[in-house]
Amino acid sequence: MEFDFALIVESVPKMATGIGITLQLLVLATIIGTALAVCTVLMRISKIPLLSWPAMVYIYIFRGTPMLVQIFLIYYGLSQFQAVRDSFFWIALRDPFWCAIIAFSVNVGAYTAEILRGGIQGVDEGQLRAATALGLSKSQRFIHITTPIAIRLALPAFGNETVSLLKSTALASTITMFDITGVARTIMAQTFAPYEIFISAAIVYLFIAWFIQIGVALAERRFSRHMQR
Amino acid sequence: MIETKSTPIIQLQKVDKFFGEFQALKNVNLEVHKGQKVVVCGPSGSGKSTMIHCINRLEKHDNGRIVVAGIELNDSLKNIDAVRSEIGMVFQQFNLFPHLKVIDNLMLAPRLVRKVKKAEARKIAMTYLERVHIPEQAEKYPIQLSGGQQQRVAIARALCMNPEIMLFDEPTSALDPEMISEVLDVMVELAKEGMTMICVTHEMGFARSVADLMVFMDEGEIVESAVPDDFFANPKSERTKLFLSQILSH
Repeated sequence: MEFDFALIVESVPKMATGIGITLQLLVLATIIGTALAVCTVLMRISKIPLLSWPAMVYIYIFRGTPMLVQIFLIYYGLSQFQAVRDSFFWIALRDPFWCAIIAFSVNVGAYTAEILRGGIQGVDEGQLRAATALGLSKSQRFIHITTPIAIRLALPAFGNETVSLLKSTALASTITMFDITGVARTIMAQTFAPYEIFISAAIVYLFIAWFIQIGVALAERRFSRHMQR
Repeated sequence: MIETKSTPIIQLQKVDKFFGEFQALKNVNLEVHKGQKVVVCGPSGSGKSTMIHCINRLEKHDNGRIVVAGIELNDSLKNIDAVRSEIGMVFQQFNLFPHLKVIDNLMLAPRLVRKVKKAEARKIAMTYLERVHIPEQAEKYPIQLSGGQQQRVAIARALCMNPEIMLFDEPTSALDPEMISEVLDVMVELAKEGMTMICVTHEMGFARSVADLMVFMDEGEIVESAVPDDFFANPKSERTKLFLSQILSH
């Protein structure tokens, strides 16, 4: 078989037309998912079972099932119900973009909630006792002591999660989205050169992942000034 | 609130504390008057720390009464806040906030709890950093300081809330030997200024020089309490004698 290096060079800019969709999926799902994760972890660590139980069930379901299955369920599954098609939510649910956003966001929400919980549990008990002794209220302790320390502890895992989400956005191509992978599949159908085309796609993903890693490294440095002796 | 000389600023009456089945405090009675310095000693696990944690409600006592500055410690959050505002606490492990600079460690509680303005809080913080002799460390993070310096910052942090009472929970136990005296010096200065203090410590030299009252605890009970001269020269209980012989023998 012949290896067409020129085709790779030629394809990379074409892949770039998919970057917009991939980045939109990544950024929106990260923002919505992180907001969801904050709510979820607050419920999850609550001592009230009525709050902690739904959070645990939510986390369990979305961490325990393949994301591809979730995407199919949301995009193909829900549309089978007349009630869904008649409802207000149909505006979003008939659109593959929003179905993908929903699937990615609830996943980020479930995983990040657990990441944040780890961070919160990693905060030293003694520092919280000191804050209590100084008279800080429960919410003041949570905002001024627990949160900044937990964020620092959770950052590396959060960076991992974001890179992982970047790669998961490729699944959107299975529901007709023209993200990087979607574009690659289209070009492949025209050129029958899967090797070159998917190498081009991989290069574009690597490029984005590189930026994410730099961003996380900067954030880590910003949040760990206090750890440099 | 009317305060007479005869009213103790801290009163523990028949206090019991349980951790599950384990009884950490058994019928503890203690009175501390304004300006008094009490040193609490005893073997590990004897309930010393638990007792002082109960005094500012870091632990909740199960039976008996605790009254601080005329305020009874019960489930009332208002009372708990009022008692905590009278008390500064210093811990064995310093417990500085690692993500905040020294100056911000000191300013946090005055700003959040007392609603002091930033400039004013900074002024208060610098005053107390000077009192513990490390104003030059203000802009550093806790991890950049030695253990002795960290503990002095912790003392300054407690003092910034202008407490009537200071509780010390083994303040020198986690320190390297060469750093113990710099912390004890600060505590002696504080004692001389008339602060009411309860110190859990095994530093008997410090105890002899500042304590008005020695308290010996074992197995959750106050076994013996006496003025230092009597306590060291004529301990009454066998358990006290044994303990003193163990810690003074070297």
